[in-house]
Amino acid sequence: MNEMVLLGDEAVALAAVHAGLTAAYGYPGTPSTEILEYLIRRRREHGGPRAEWCANEKTAYEAALGVSYAGRRTMVTMKHVGLNVAADPFMNSALVTVNGGLVVAVADDPGMHSSQNEQDSRVFADFARVVCLEPASHQEAYDMTREAFDISERFHIPVMIRLVTRLAHSRGIVTVGEARAENPPHRDAHASAWVLLPGNARRQWRALLDRFDDIRAYVAASRFNTAEGGADGGFGVITAGLARNYFVENLEDLPARPAHLHVGAYPYPAAAIRAFVAPLTRVLLLEEGYPYIERALRGIVPPAQLDIQGRESGAVPPDGELNPDIVRAALSLPARTGVVVPGLSLPNRPPQLCAGCPHGDSFHSITAALSAFPDAIVTADIGCSTLGALPPYNAIETCVCMGASVGMAKGAADAGYHPVVAVIGDSTFLHSGVTPLMDAVAADTPMTLIILDNKTVAMTGGQPTLRSSSELEAVVRGLGVPPAHLHVVEAHPRRMAGNTEILRREVNHRGLSVVIGVRECIETAKRTKQEQSAAAARE
Amino acid sequence: MKFDIILAGVGGQGVLSVSAIIASSAMQEGLAVKQSEVHGMSQRGGAVLANLRLSDRPIASDLIPRGSASLILSMEPLESLRYLEFLSADGTVITATNPVANIADYPPLDEVLAHVRGLPHALTIDAESLARKAGSARATNMVMVGAASPLLPVRFETLERFVQTIFAGKGAKVVETNLKALHAGRAAASE
Repeated sequence: MNEMVLLGDEAVALAAVHAGLTAAYGYPGTPSTEILEYLIRRRREHGGPRAEWCANEKTAYEAALGVSYAGRRTMVTMKHVGLNVAADPFMNSALVTVNGGLVVAVADDPGMHSSQNEQDSRVFADFARVVCLEPASHQEAYDMTREAFDISERFHIPVMIRLVTRLAHSRGIVTVGEARAENPPHRDAHASAWVLLPGNARRQWRALLDRFDDIRAYVAASRFNTAEGGADGGFGVITAGLARNYFVENLEDLPARPAHLHVGAYPYPAAAIRAFVAPLTRVLLLEEGYPYIERALRGIVPPAQLDIQGRESGAVPPDGELNPDIVRAALSLPARTGVVVPGLSLPNRPPQLCAGCPHGDSFHSITAALSAFPDAIVTADIGCSTLGALPPYNAIETCVCMGASVGMAKGAADAGYHPVVAVIGDSTFLHSGVTPLMDAVAADTPMTLIILDNKTVAMTGGQPTLRSSSELEAVVRGLGVPPAHLHVVEAHPRRMAGNTEILRREVNHRGLSVVIGVRECIETAKRTKQEQSAAAARE
Repeated sequence: MKFDIILAGVGGQGVLSVSAIIASSAMQEGLAVKQSEVHGMSQRGGAVLANLRLSDRPIASDLIPRGSASLILSMEPLESLRYLEFLSADGTVITATNPVANIADYPPLDEVLAHVRGLPHALTIDAESLARKAGSARATNMVMVGAASPLLPVRFETLERFVQTIFAGKGAKVVETNLKALHAGRAAASE
């Protein structure tokens, strides 16, 4: 059987296995999570290749770097904002002479379905000066990922696969190829290429830039960049990513077929774009993400003969995800209408904490403990705990990036506010909360950190946390948090009064305190119970 | 032939299982399929939407264009009205009548159902009680697959087969309950 039905994420994962993957690492983040989940499941069933969740995207990236250094093929997975966390190793890994193929699978979230921004990772690939491949179909997700490993070894650079939500979480049919064997371990003979001391780094940077002619030649010849002539006079369309599908969806309604250039391989093929627009008087850019090619084409001094339309001209909305109807409007086709019921207005149904969620009990305790402090600042973090910002809790004030609650609480306390409370989930704390807590310990900052320990990475579907709940207290104590102001409590309604009292006391304390509220996520608890009863039913 | 389906519900109602069973069945019968799902934040009790496109020709977009859906299949009455802009003029809305009132401003259920029944092609199903009769309220989503089955461009036997496949890991009792629910939904839609 060589046809399979896969999520876009799974197509990337399986391609990596077939490309001879030795190890993959990542941190859960929508919409990238299912890449590593697929590999972890496969490892359980087939014994390999290695696939592991890591503390955060940076540690995951560095583990992958080590695999590459040892000569073997590796992949690291993350959501777009995760690449910010891994930016340091990512940027610098472009300068080393990559040995075993290193593929960075990044899933962007245009439209911010589950994210705090909609940054476009194509720009990040450009910043690092590496190749980026962007699939527009499941088959391309598979084919590009396989090719990415070869390109990485050919040019000795990391290669990015840029996914977006609607491909990552869409199912389609993929024809898969023959699996390639893993590389044997082999260290690079020129290991000084990995010692980025200034003298070496200058040489490596120049070597990367010198390779760019070859990289541009590769992109120019790539089967993932395609041009077709048109029959609409001086009008042409350039698509990137999923925009191609929305363009094709509307194609049969167009009176004449415009010339069409699709870009799937980056650095964008500048010569091909120049040649494509040369005979045109008007070009429409449809990009799922930032107006990245559009801005390059428009430049500061736009070409006089060419009317450039896209997100910057207003032909396409400046922000948000594309869809068939937005692209239809950009193509000047009449809007389609659905069924309209006059006078119907529906209330929104935003996400919320599950009934019985331990976080809900914690937020009630926090609100009760802070009732006497109307000026209290409550910083918070990424994950299910962010839902404490919504009714009925309205218990938190900030959500910026992983771990920010802790550092921001320190800053707010330094600025003179009291009391200041930070709220963070257990996995987010392990990801990026430990180091800012060290800052707070060093300064004995008058703040209270509340760690909501539900024993899982809940928002992304219940992946295991890196250290178990029982070890969390030792981690916090090991950082130097005074034991008298470190409490572990059960986040349960029956403990509400006692927990509120502990919080009130610690909030009043003019020094650092940490309260860990423990109770397992009801979703993972339910799942464990279901798995046990299903296992029992099979016996 | 082109058959676009909007699948609607609330996080936790099994929308993705409904999508998986219809999609697998259509693929088995040689149709082209694209199935776009929502994971992550909105699965936490929020509105959940899946796009399922079936065709005998290649499908370009993962997302359904406005005014194109042949069917809105909803696990929840309020959610059945949320995506009407995607319904084609001769499209059908099939919804379970059992509300998930996890928001403070949930409108009166009678009003919601009146709006649904006022649509040109609509069918309301008391899916929860049918599922209970079949053995478990958790099979409500399979009642809805059954209710949609007369409209789907897929043979009923194929749907049955995939219900068996998908629930096989959960034991014979669960398979039986879900098959009964599927049949009950089909019977209710044919009344």
